[in-house]
Amino acid sequence: MSLATDSRRSPSTASSPLRRGRIPAGFVVLAALGVALVALPLLGLVLRTPWSRIGEILASETALTALRLSLIVATTSAAISFVLGFPLAWVLVRGTFPGKTLVRAVVILPLVMPPVVAGVGLLAAFGRRSGLVGSWLYDWFGIQLTFTTAAAVLAATFVSFPLAVLALEAGLRGLDERLEDAAATLGASRWYVLRRVTVPLMGPQIAAALVLSWARALGEFGATITFAGNLQGRTQTLPLAVFEQLQTDTDAAFAVSMLLIFLAFAVILGLRGRFLR
Amino acid sequence: MTLAVDVTSRRGAFEVRAAFEAEAGRTVALLGPNGSGKSTLVSTIAGLVPPVEGAITLDEAVLDDPANDVHVQPERRPIGVVFQDLLLFPHLSAMDNAAFPLRARGVTKPEARQRASELLARLGLANRADARPRELSGGEAQRVALARALIVEPALLLLDEPLSALDVAARMRVRELVRDELARFPGVRIIVTHDPVEASILAERLVLLEDGRVTQIGTPEEIRSAPRSRYAADLVGVNAVRGFLEPIGEGTGRLISSEGALVTPWPEWYVEGDVVGIVRPIDVTLGPDRPEGSARNVLFGRVTSVAIEGDRARVRLATAPPLVAEVTLGSVERLGLRSGVEVWASFKAVEVELLPP
Repeated sequence: MSLATDSRRSPSTASSPLRRGRIPAGFVVLAALGVALVALPLLGLVLRTPWSRIGEILASETALTALRLSLIVATTSAAISFVLGFPLAWVLVRGTFPGKTLVRAVVILPLVMPPVVAGVGLLAAFGRRSGLVGSWLYDWFGIQLTFTTAAAVLAATFVSFPLAVLALEAGLRGLDERLEDAAATLGASRWYVLRRVTVPLMGPQIAAALVLSWARALGEFGATITFAGNLQGRTQTLPLAVFEQLQTDTDAAFAVSMLLIFLAFAVILGLRGRFLR
Repeated sequence: MTLAVDVTSRRGAFEVRAAFEAEAGRTVALLGPNGSGKSTLVSTIAGLVPPVEGAITLDEAVLDDPANDVHVQPERRPIGVVFQDLLLFPHLSAMDNAAFPLRARGVTKPEARQRASELLARLGLANRADARPRELSGGEAQRVALARALIVEPALLLLDEPLSALDVAARMRVRELVRDELARFPGVRIIVTHDPVEASILAERLVLLEDGRVTQIGTPEEIRSAPRSRYAADLVGVNAVRGFLEPIGEGTGRLISSEGALVTPWPEWYVEGDVVGIVRPIDVTLGPDRPEGSARNVLFGRVTSVAIEGDRARVRLATAPPLVAEVTLGSVERLGLRSGVEVWASFKAVEVELLPP
């Protein structure tokens, strides 16, 4: 029921928008618990972070190497997600073929799959000895993926790809295809339409796809450690560094965690107005 | 230059079959009610909906010929289209919208912008070149769309309902502008409209489209003097009954349609098939009682609407077949004519003019 129809009613019912603002007391308690659930660990991190030593820790060889690797892995992964995700979203939105729903379900699955299972799956596919493709790659070309940066990229892409596809699908769905038709009648080739009409009009969703998949790739842990291992300089990204430091130097673990929080926060701010309203 | 269209196109279950020609220098209007297939036909000519049968040619160039697997893609057709809802690119300025077709053809940005701003200036938009589509008024947006369609000097200009999105004041102004631009455009010009006034002001030749079929082609005068369908008759304000004839006596026939029958003169030229009987509303006499006299056509029915135009009224009747009568305001008062009232309508057999289809 809209406000406009409410306001034309009798005075007693016209007050309903005011009543709508009343929040049940039980909800206030539960909502506060919800906020605490998220805020307490964050607060704990802030309080436990060795602020006096943070510069020294983050400038250390381990942290800098992990940061550099994380940025490379996340950025490469986001780029791959976009390059493969855009055509895939296109096919899923505009194509009609049998099994489309199934394909879509399979592509989205990593989003809800335990990352460690993703890592086991990646081993089964790309592992050197028994991997479906991996053994063949090794036997024929001598290429080994496991324990390489490429494996870290593959693991990060596996888990972040669905986010990119979902965002790009939303962008394509929201696009008025008749604008593309109009562009064609104006002499634009398919490539020109894509470059000058489709992609610019999808700008916000493309940005969202890149940022979300980048952020997800940056935080990837389970699949990476299972499939790529934890080798400093090759596969040890920031989350893996945190995990290792937690057993040796807790101060360092908190400092690096703080860095990840900072990066995540920057992403949220970057997305402000797109998903946060 | 001549565009020859003779196609069947399908969109879902809807089928349009149309054949007509349009010559350079003479504006053709595709005129039809909503849902008659005008937009499908526009999309077919533009190349967006390939026809399933037939052919479209522009002089010697074959644009569509499905029997021989010929379908020229939209971007390769020398056609400028202004769509009904314009479809300006929301992320580009007015100038870049107008320059788009040049840029798509590889013209450099400075040159494309130069030519776009000259054309926008001619259309009275010199000071709006930097505005985005959402900042433009309806009339301004219409002119940008026109500029975008004209900038590459296509061989064919196709305007789909160019004035329908505008308010009354803007419509008058843009209509003049569209008329001027059509007049100076040397190629084939086609406008699509559901408004007969717009069609007769802007076009020299009308193609009437009803329910996916062309029902009549002619100049506005030809259609006015001899409408061939109910829609055409409605457009020009006369009654038209389509059916076949059977003789009922010396020089007299009965026109039998699916909605009722009329007594008519027997035309010497008639052999068989459908004819159209025209009854002018002014010839239909209304009365409260069954008329005595020489009128051979006497019908009884309910009034469905009364529309007053000046000192006369057009009265729609649910007779069989349905009729429109034109009477004086005095008669409206005397007979108490309003919706729901039942009256007798009559007219002579010779007042039914028969036209071969």
